[in-house]
Amino acid sequence: MPDMVLRLKDLQTHFFTDHGEVPAVDRVSFSVGKGEVVGIVGESGCGKSVTSLSIMQLVPSPPGKIIGGEIQFKGEDLVQASPKRMKQLRGNEIAMIFQEPMTSLNPLFTIGNQLQEAIRIHRKVTKKQARIQAIDLLNQVGIPRAEAIIDEYPHQLSGGMRQRVMIAMAMSCHPDLLIADEPTTALDVTIQAQILRLMKQLNEENNTAILLITHDLGVVAELCDRVVVMYAGQVVERGTMREILKQPKHPYTKGLIRSLPKLSEREQKLYSIPGTVPRLGVGQVGCRFAPRCEMAFTRCFQENPALYELENGQTARCFLYDEIEREGHPDGGKTSIGSKGT
Amino acid sequence: MVAKPLLEVKGLKKYFDVKGGVFGRKVGEVKAVDDVSFTVMEGEILGIVGESGCGKSTTGKSILRLIEPTDGEVTFDGQNIASLKSEQLRKIRRDMQIIFQDPYASLNPRHTVEKIISEPLLIHGMKHAAERKKRVRELLEIVGLNAYHASRYPHQFSGGQRQRIGIARALANHPKLIICDEPVSALDVSVQSQILNLMEELRDAFQLTYIFIAHDLSVVKHISDRVAVMYLGRMAELADKDVLYADPKHPYTKALLSAVPIPDPDEKKEAIILEGDIPSPANPPTGCAFHTRCPVAMSVCKEVRPTFKMVDQDHYVACHLYE
Repeated sequence: MPDMVLRLKDLQTHFFTDHGEVPAVDRVSFSVGKGEVVGIVGESGCGKSVTSLSIMQLVPSPPGKIIGGEIQFKGEDLVQASPKRMKQLRGNEIAMIFQEPMTSLNPLFTIGNQLQEAIRIHRKVTKKQARIQAIDLLNQVGIPRAEAIIDEYPHQLSGGMRQRVMIAMAMSCHPDLLIADEPTTALDVTIQAQILRLMKQLNEENNTAILLITHDLGVVAELCDRVVVMYAGQVVERGTMREILKQPKHPYTKGLIRSLPKLSEREQKLYSIPGTVPRLGVGQVGCRFAPRCEMAFTRCFQENPALYELENGQTARCFLYDEIEREGHPDGGKTSIGSKGT
Repeated sequence: MVAKPLLEVKGLKKYFDVKGGVFGRKVGEVKAVDDVSFTVMEGEILGIVGESGCGKSTTGKSILRLIEPTDGEVTFDGQNIASLKSEQLRKIRRDMQIIFQDPYASLNPRHTVEKIISEPLLIHGMKHAAERKKRVRELLEIVGLNAYHASRYPHQFSGGQRQRIGIARALANHPKLIICDEPVSALDVSVQSQILNLMEELRDAFQLTYIFIAHDLSVVKHISDRVAVMYLGRMAELADKDVLYADPKHPYTKALLSAVPIPDPDEKKEAIILEGDIPSPANPPTGCAFHTRCPVAMSVCKEVRPTFKMVDQDHYVACHLYE
């Protein structure tokens, strides 16, 4: 196995609420290689954000708790790590940026204060040196008039600028892993294009691995090498960006791609996945997607499908790809719902 | 069918005062909508796209006079909305409805779905409770919900279902025009396509006309017949959707289209990445509002505001390149 920065193995994060136990992250496994960009895709409530918070050990507890699994970061299991150790890692070796930069910046301090604080926590530098480094960082992320901006407050900046500041802060200690949770969702398209370009540039220049959490398959196509698709707390499909977008295997991934209105094609009616995302609960039997799946058969409602590995390394949590089913159904394994197949 | 105009907007302006100083005097103006004109044909879906702060929502609300426009003429079905008295306005609003982005904020959490949908019926003169009840059930079925949902409260529904309730309420009095202000932006992809399909079906079933306001260019392309692009309170371009997406004229439209990430790794495109931010509408650039970010700006762009005019068959552009 090549150099892995992050490796999740059967991670389980459950929430204990008044209405019962909710398996928000249900045995999730995937890995991120050095300098690689991996995307986690899914709709709201699929557990993608909780997965990222679990890695950072930032799941609000109670009600949340990691009840099983491993999070290997450069060989160290973060689930077992002490709070003190996590404090050293966060911001230093693993950094995170969020969807809404305004809520992650303190409105009472200047951009410079906050950037210098981040630098000085992790490095032994004087205030003066920290300020010089901060200006340098702002320049790197493409902020004009960095010398002036450094003394301004967050509210004086636009959304795109604030996200640049967050990225500057995240990059201040050259982390090995950057977790970006919907980093461009709150931004306009033209600003989003700027931020995506910046993230790509940082990934290439500093060889920083990025775990990108998004619901936008377009953003995935721009940035990711590999993709993990999540549905109802579980990984339903894993593959390279090209495989997922061009030859999706899981009926959910297929449905998701088909329901997007396309800029380049003209279609009469959009495909839509019937029904809505199910409510999560422990001890559910059957495939989580079965009630909405056009291809579902009896077994889908009786057993939980495993992640089946396909020839090329792509994996899908679907009985269509189980050996037994493939033999049983003459076209089982090869059936592709609606995909033209390339 | 010869289409006739249902709505004509001429020179619509909405300026918001900026107050400041010790005495709260007016210190400036935000030109949220600045001289916008367009026509919507009967049965048509006109899409309005633009980035945040471009005035697309303000345009929608000014048409309904949910906010009072500063200047301009809005003619709906032959009547000038701007000069109507409140009682006349109330009557005409029966024919023009609005659906909002946030289905969480636009439904009263203390009212049942029944009450939410029957309120407009009551206001517009459906006096018998039994009749209203019947209509509410009918509307719920039309938008793909069940009659038994009538007794529930908004929080018991998912985002997509709430948007369906909002649509049912808008449909209650058989409107002619529905202004849809970012109706699917808050929804997940799989739910978004359900709502878009529903809106198209309803348009066909009830001969509705939509003004569809959104920031997502793919969504607008899918649903609209014609598309208008706004930038900083002004119209940049307006054309048939196929023409606009295949042959955009305005440099802003070109950049906007090229910035949309496409979920297909094989689709190579020429990326025009605009530098800088959208200027503040309180202090818009002189001349053409886009000249500060325009890759092909000329000296005239700084001084003279380009007029919005037809450069091709039904293709309107406000740019000096086409003077």
